[in-house]
Amino acid sequence: MAFDYDRYIRGGKLPHIWCPGCTYGIVFKSLLRAVEALKIPKDDIAMVSGIGCASRLPGYVDFNTLHTTHGRALPFATGLKMARPDKHVMVVSGDGDATAIGGNHFIHACRRNIDITVLVFNNFIYGMTGGQYSPTTPSGHIATTMPYGNIDPSFNIPELAKGAGATWVGRGTAYHAAALDKLIIGAIEHKGLSVLEIINACPTTHGRRNKFRTPTDMLLWMKDTALPLSAFEKLPPEKTAGKFPTGVLFKKDAPEYCETYYGMVERVRKPAEGRA
Amino acid sequence: MGKIKLLQGNEACAEGALYAGCTFFAGYPITPSTEVAEYLARRLPLIRGVFLQMEDEIAAMAAVIGGSLAGQKALTATSGPGFSLKQENIGFAALTEIPCVIVNVMRGGPSTGVPTGPGQSDIMQCRWGTHGDHPSICLTPAYVQEIFSETVRAFNLSEKYRTPVIIAFDEIVGHMRERIEIPDKGVLPIVNRQKPDCPPKEYLPYDDKAGDVPPMANFFEGYRYHVTGLNHGPDGFPVNASPRIHTDELRLMRKVEANRKEIIRFEEYQTGDADVVVFAYGVSGRSGKTAVKMARAEGIKAGLFRPLTIWPFPEEEVSAIASRVKAIVVPELSLGQIIFEVDRCAKGRTRVEGIYRVDGDPITPAQILEKIKEVR
Repeated sequence: MAFDYDRYIRGGKLPHIWCPGCTYGIVFKSLLRAVEALKIPKDDIAMVSGIGCASRLPGYVDFNTLHTTHGRALPFATGLKMARPDKHVMVVSGDGDATAIGGNHFIHACRRNIDITVLVFNNFIYGMTGGQYSPTTPSGHIATTMPYGNIDPSFNIPELAKGAGATWVGRGTAYHAAALDKLIIGAIEHKGLSVLEIINACPTTHGRRNKFRTPTDMLLWMKDTALPLSAFEKLPPEKTAGKFPTGVLFKKDAPEYCETYYGMVERVRKPAEGRA
Repeated sequence: MGKIKLLQGNEACAEGALYAGCTFFAGYPITPSTEVAEYLARRLPLIRGVFLQMEDEIAAMAAVIGGSLAGQKALTATSGPGFSLKQENIGFAALTEIPCVIVNVMRGGPSTGVPTGPGQSDIMQCRWGTHGDHPSICLTPAYVQEIFSETVRAFNLSEKYRTPVIIAFDEIVGHMRERIEIPDKGVLPIVNRQKPDCPPKEYLPYDDKAGDVPPMANFFEGYRYHVTGLNHGPDGFPVNASPRIHTDELRLMRKVEANRKEIIRFEEYQTGDADVVVFAYGVSGRSGKTAVKMARAEGIKAGLFRPLTIWPFPEEEVSAIASRVKAIVVPELSLGQIIFEVDRCAKGRTRVEGIYRVDGDPITPAQILEKIKEVR
């Protein structure tokens, strides 16, 4: 039986704002399939976003949705989660939103290991404002504010998340949609801060300025350059150039922030027992 | 009979928040407001409340809005530079109509300025700090007891009108210790946001049919809806069409404008027969009162108008005073900000004279008395 997306999409809110050829719609559907697989009641999910193309996603889904200021989705989400630690809080962000203007919030949310699922839609560009370079724009690529080719070194989002203390880090792509469902499920199921980087394509403001003649070319690029982590690790370093690993890249157990906080609350409310 | 305590203004602010039902604080260390955070770091866990020291001022403001949207009464406290950093998200709270209280313990500026000295030069930032047109409520207590009661009132106004409320006092009152009485529970009224009573399917979070302040559903309580910083329709979804944006912006402003009588509070002291009235708030209001007493002792007919609500500005009251006095004296710890509001309301009917000081010390009663004598 075909998957009933309408169960999760708000009536009358489509069409979405994304351009033809944009891969966000693929990820959007994957996300809904993941939520369905986990059987989480819609009332128990808050989806929070900042500013950018990806940040418009929450408006289309029938959860508690909060579209905030640029880069600040994570601290808003932290407020929601601390107030209601029993609920699921997800953040949808972009490469600029999460790692440029929101970079400070990103690393500190990772450090706290608060139980929030962070989906970073990395399309390597500021799409909504028309194609300016972001912290993940590849070296040499043309952007409206790097007309002679990008000279900025770029962030590796999973490495950044891992280094900052995130306890579940993964990477998927819009091309590998079936695998993406499983990664999103894993990210949501993980207790702690999970970061899933999702490689996306912006044909309108990135691809067509950088020798991707069609949106399909960008998807084929994902197909050719993404390797499952196990395969990636087997390759000698000279053969990994231009490739990137996908899947669950890092996972560890560590105390979750809300649990630690409310554990402290119970301890200080009963000082005598706490000392025993 | 309540509890008698010797408290700092900043601590009284924290006590006022707890009395009002605040269960959520997010902040960032900054002088001279840090004691508000330190006090609540000790107290909130004891009542299962949330205390968060965030990574920066912006994050603290964001977390407060998130906490409030999840149903808690939420507070943040800051000073000068931190207040500047919070402005974008204060505007977000105003447009999305999420209640929250922001304390600004004012110090000198711009930039790092005089972090340990008093200032009153953020008073226009309290009104106009965030971009765009937006309603503004700002309270200016001058005594430790008043910081307590005005903090309670700030939460009440915020919940009632679904809008951020700013409490602005200066470093001197923030750090001064005075005897205060914390009233028993139930003595001061406590207002909680009105929740919807319609079925979730019929809920329109920004519908003005039942009045200018629509009922507010908290997240996770069955009313799944959308909150966005974009201008939005009654259902909360983005709208960029005429005339909705214009009419909804007017409604936001009307929440405060139409309720001036309830929101505006002030102290008038010996203004009835006064030839000269001192208009001053916060620590300058305290000096003003002493100056008026000194003037009266010398037979000079002086009076004091001390606003506890600075925004919305007490236009009618100042206008009435301006129509009958020889002069209004405006002492403020800035190089002249609130005097422009007084002047605007005076409309040339009386002389308006400022006393300005920005060296980290308060304006003394003697300075004000001298000016009263000069203009009477």
